[in-house]
Amino acid sequence: MYVALRDLAHARGRFVLMSVVIVLITFLVTFLASLTAGLTRESTSAVTDLPSDRIAFSMPGADDAPEFTASRVTADQWEGWARVPGVESADPLGVATTRAESAGTTASVTALGVADGSDLVPWSTGDVAPGTVVLTPGAAGALDAQNGDTVALGGGELVVAGIADADESFSHTPVVWTTLDDWQTIGARGADASDAPVATVVALTTTGADGAILADADAELGTTTVTRSDARSAVSSFAGENTSLTTMQAFLLVISALVVGAFFTVWTISRSGDVAVLKALGASTGYLLRDALGQAAVLLVGGVAVGTALTVAGASLLPAAVPVVVTAATTLVPAVGLVLLGLVGAGVSVARITRIDPHAALAAR
Amino acid sequence: MDLHLQDVTLVYPDGGTTLTAVDDVDLTVPAGTTTALLGPSGAGKSSLLAVAAGLTRPSHGTVTIGPDVVFTPTTTLAQATRVRLERIGLVFQSPQLLGSLTALEQLELHAHLRGRRPSSLRPRAMELLDAVGVADHAGKRPAQLSGGQRQRVAIARALVGRPEVLLVDEPTSALDHERGTRVVELITGLARETGAATVIVSHDASTLTTVDATVRMLDARIEPAAHLATS
Ligand SMILES: Nc1ncnc2c1ncn2[C@@H]1O[C@H](COP(=O)(O)OP(=O)(O)O)[C@@H](O)[C@H]1O
Ligand SMILES: [Mg+2]
Repeated sequence: MYVALRDLAHARGRFVLMSVVIVLITFLVTFLASLTAGLTRESTSAVTDLPSDRIAFSMPGADDAPEFTASRVTADQWEGWARVPGVESADPLGVATTRAESAGTTASVTALGVADGSDLVPWSTGDVAPGTVVLTPGAAGALDAQNGDTVALGGGELVVAGIADADESFSHTPVVWTTLDDWQTIGARGADASDAPVATVVALTTTGADGAILADADAELGTTTVTRSDARSAVSSFAGENTSLTTMQAFLLVISALVVGAFFTVWTISRSGDVAVLKALGASTGYLLRDALGQAAVLLVGGVAVGTALTVAGASLLPAAVPVVVTAATTLVPAVGLVLLGLVGAGVSVARITRIDPHAALAAR
Repeated sequence: MDLHLQDVTLVYPDGGTTLTAVDDVDLTVPAGTTTALLGPSGAGKSSLLAVAAGLTRPSHGTVTIGPDVVFTPTTTLAQATRVRLERIGLVFQSPQLLGSLTALEQLELHAHLRGRRPSSLRPRAMELLDAVGVADHAGKRPAQLSGGQRQRVAIARALVGRPEVLLVDEPTSALDHERGTRVVELITGLARETGAATVIVSHDASTLTTVDATVRMLDARIEPAAHLATS
């Protein structure tokens, strides 16, 4: 990169301009990815943080896609799942978003109802007892409630028994944990018959069961079982957000490749005289391509690194209310994608180097 | 090493027809000597030089350096580039320096092109910049040099790889008579010192007092040589 590095230093103005564009695009892409991850977490952490690996839904129509708002499972169904060989645990889980009222304030929360002694609650202090509620830290904050306070949940009064160890939310509302009985006053309450709905879904740990066993059980029990991560799509707020934000990121990646490609097209054309001279002096095509791509790589890696650093720094300065989650997946993965796509764009542009004929070019210069 | 052009013909496609820019030319330039190539504009001088430099393939004929046939109608681009890098020095009509490199770097680049450390060429580069009289400007970029200084850097650049063949196209076209004469003198002197078989294209015979031989080109053909130096 003998000439390329000197060109970078010499034509600084042009490259600084291009670097700023790369920095800003990178910032936009990585920040958007972090925001997407944050919103996804706010929508689905109650599902993705479950200790289970699969979720069984029971939808009103056999062909309906799983959805938390429409699913209702009966006692027969969850007891049926508990008997499936290879299924280690089958816990009924009630899911209902509702209004909660504390002494001071009101907030929207999602109440998760669990059977006695269920392991689903991230609360190491004890089990959720009838007449009590365990608040996640987010719910406690939203309701301004503490241990011993009374919270009105869908009409019933529950005493706060504790604050959960982990923060979880569902469809952008903080989660509170109740017993299945208490939950039924908010969510589904059926008759005492065994085929009446008791919960929303069944959370399964299926370590020993293969796909065929699960499919058979689904058919027999009239349920639809999906993996925990696929169950995110059953949260209605998640599907729409995720699609639009991911589409935006994809567009930004393509745009950045096009911008980088356009810049290097113009740059390569403007230096085609130099390329002709270099060829006349004996520079091989491989040498020239390495030189040009090396230059693009320097520009891209530098700009992307600064843009990514801006996202990391910016995210730490934002108020906690902005749901950004900065991880390697939201920064390094898009950053690598930007560098690779940028190199593709630059590669297509600098490929014209191979077509420069030094004899004709020098005669014209 | 001597430079030989044998039966060289160069035909350009010209719209639907063709244009013969070089027509069956034979030329021998002994090592260490300078041959001037004179002739009117459009005679085919630059085209002949382009064939000798491997910048374009001859339609017919061969170019030989010493015992080696280096360019034929079937030589590949990569082969020609390699020969140019290792055996041929080129000076163009205008200096054609690279804008972002200093005078010294223009010369050190040659080492980088050959996969060596650029600084390994520094003593040789400084020696040549000194020989062409621009050693004091080694750290300057082309924009900071005068036209004459640039042309001198270009001449030094052509010689930095100790080429066996030096090809120079109208080096004096932008210079006045006195400077032009001095540049030709410089080139012939360096050719003698380095043993390079040298061809200078010129349209101004009055600057060629120091060359060893003169060849005229007219309508793509070469006229019999006359020996200026001995006349
Ligand atoms: N790259 C080219 N393609 C087609 N025709 C060319 C090209 N270069 C030169 N010619 C033609 O070849 C002839 C000789 O040109 P040239 O070698 O440049 O002459 P000189 O250097 O003696 O002025 C001219 O008629 C010119 O128009
Ligand atoms: Mg010419």
